[in-house]
Amino acid sequence: MSASMAGIEDIQLEVRDLEVHYDGIRALHGVSFTVLKGEIVTLIGANGAGKTSILRAISGLMPYGGSVVFEGQSLKRISAHRIVGLGIAHVPEGRGIFGNLTVQENLRLATWQRADKGEIAADYDRVFAIFPRLLERQHQLGGTLSGGEQQMLAVGRALMSRGRLLLLDEPSMGLSPRLVQEIFRVVEDINRSGTTVLLVEQNANRALRIASRAYVLETGNITLSGTGRELLGDPRVKEAYLGG
Amino acid sequence: MSEGIIYWLQQTLNALQLGSIYALIALGYTMVYGILTMINFAHGDVFMVGAFFCFLAAVYLGLPFVPTLLLTMLGAALVGVMIERLAYKPLRNAPRVSAIITALGVGIFLENFTLALAPYPKNIPALLANATWNMGGVSISSLQIIIILLSLGLMFVLDYVVYRTPVGIAMRAISWDKTYVPLMGVPLDLIISVTFAIGAGLAGAAGTMYGLAYPVIDPYMGIMVGWKAFISAVVGGIGNIRGAMIGAFILGGVEIMVAAFFPSTYRDFVAFTLLMLLIVIRPYGILGQPRTQKV
Ligand SMILES: Nc1ncnc2c1ncn2[C@@H]1O[C@H](COP(=O)(O)OP(=O)(O)OP(=O)(O)O)[C@@H](O)[C@H]1O
Ligand SMILES: [Mg+2]
Repeated sequence: MSASMAGIEDIQLEVRDLEVHYDGIRALHGVSFTVLKGEIVTLIGANGAGKTSILRAISGLMPYGGSVVFEGQSLKRISAHRIVGLGIAHVPEGRGIFGNLTVQENLRLATWQRADKGEIAADYDRVFAIFPRLLERQHQLGGTLSGGEQQMLAVGRALMSRGRLLLLDEPSMGLSPRLVQEIFRVVEDINRSGTTVLLVEQNANRALRIASRAYVLETGNITLSGTGRELLGDPRVKEAYLGG
Repeated sequence: MSEGIIYWLQQTLNALQLGSIYALIALGYTMVYGILTMINFAHGDVFMVGAFFCFLAAVYLGLPFVPTLLLTMLGAALVGVMIERLAYKPLRNAPRVSAIITALGVGIFLENFTLALAPYPKNIPALLANATWNMGGVSISSLQIIIILLSLGLMFVLDYVVYRTPVGIAMRAISWDKTYVPLMGVPLDLIISVTFAIGAGLAGAAGTMYGLAYPVIDPYMGIMVGWKAFISAVVGGIGNIRGAMIGAFILGGVEIMVAAFFPSTYRDFVAFTLLMLLIVIRPYGILGQPRTQKV
């Protein structure tokens, strides 16, 4: 399925001409892409290409030029905490775990915007079913978790906020190959249960294999796009991102 | 009871009274430091403004104790929130030293604004009948007991809020790193305002109690008390709530004990020397740690 063939009602996120500046230096030069309901879309690109900046703009963490429309609503003037309430969950680069809060408190904090307080208990069960390790460490401080456990907690928090769109910024960073595999499996499971995923990765090989569609970002511009499989087979992608 | 024990019981009560007033103020310093890593040097003057609100409510409105206390806490909370919104928020991403200078400026503003309105010291009326019981030689004043119990009550409520409620979890999350707090759906500015409101409200309560215990108030009364509360917070481990309370009771105790052994003019000099020694031994304070547990 390609974006051009999709109906308006299928588009969950539409990013148009996104521009971002840091101290007057432009980091994104008009980036446009769409994410359809139920997809896993991946953004791949080298260090400094602008992947994190795109996610930060979508979440309202920084000002930008251009537009971001989520389920038909412009996010431009909406503050970051409200965007969470609208249905976007963001697992930030470096995980953003609160080291002075327990695992349980980290999870609880993410339910702040939820109106359906009655269903929160069921979501704890869901998170603990996906990551039994978090259940064992419920009362441990976030700062004392291993890197892998922190990544599980970061994903768990995003689930607790019940976003319909999940933004993941390099979830495999710093994890052992086994854990990387585990995280990618969980991302696929979450997607299958109905959550749309926008995945930023440097681990292009794995990301492209689970992605419905993908975009390649180079120094603030999208230079290639296609289905995950197309890009896996593309010689330019092979050379630059899949180690030749 | 022997003379010695009676004497020390009396001094302990005095120390508890002084310590609880310091503690209520110290909490505001430590909470604001916890979430913004900034020393709110205007906080001692918020305590002073609280004492003046108490005076206004008691004298001009003729209110009894409980409404006076509540109104004072509310008024001080509003002042705290306004200070944050007008003076500190625009500087949130500026160097910390700019925020600190601004805080000093706000303090001087509050002192002189109050001075302009109230050039002469004011007297807080006795809002509570002060019964004194003589128990085996120890004279216990009801006022002293009320101040101590009320302060402890407020501290328990605060401790509960910070460690057991969603707002408290959010405050502690901000104290760790506020960058990603909005990604949890938490309204950062609102939580910061709530923190200032609580801290200033407690300082207002301290102003009322101080005014009852030492009824003559003036625009400069917040300076020395503010410094002492700030030092209490540092001794306890700035950013740590329980530490601020412990630090305040230590300071109250040290002051009373020093006054018991030395001429009264030695009090601050000996007390502060002891506290500086404590800081040398424990640079992060009693409960403070380099990073693992703030607020
Ligand atoms: N806070 C900042 N201040 C100044 N420049 C920044 C800041 N954050 C990012 N940049 C610059 O913006 C560009 C894009 O950065 P961004 O973090 O979006 O890249 P990225 O694709 O996520 O990289 P990585 O894969 O290393 O995480 C880079 O050139 C970076 O140096
Ligand atoms: Mg990045």
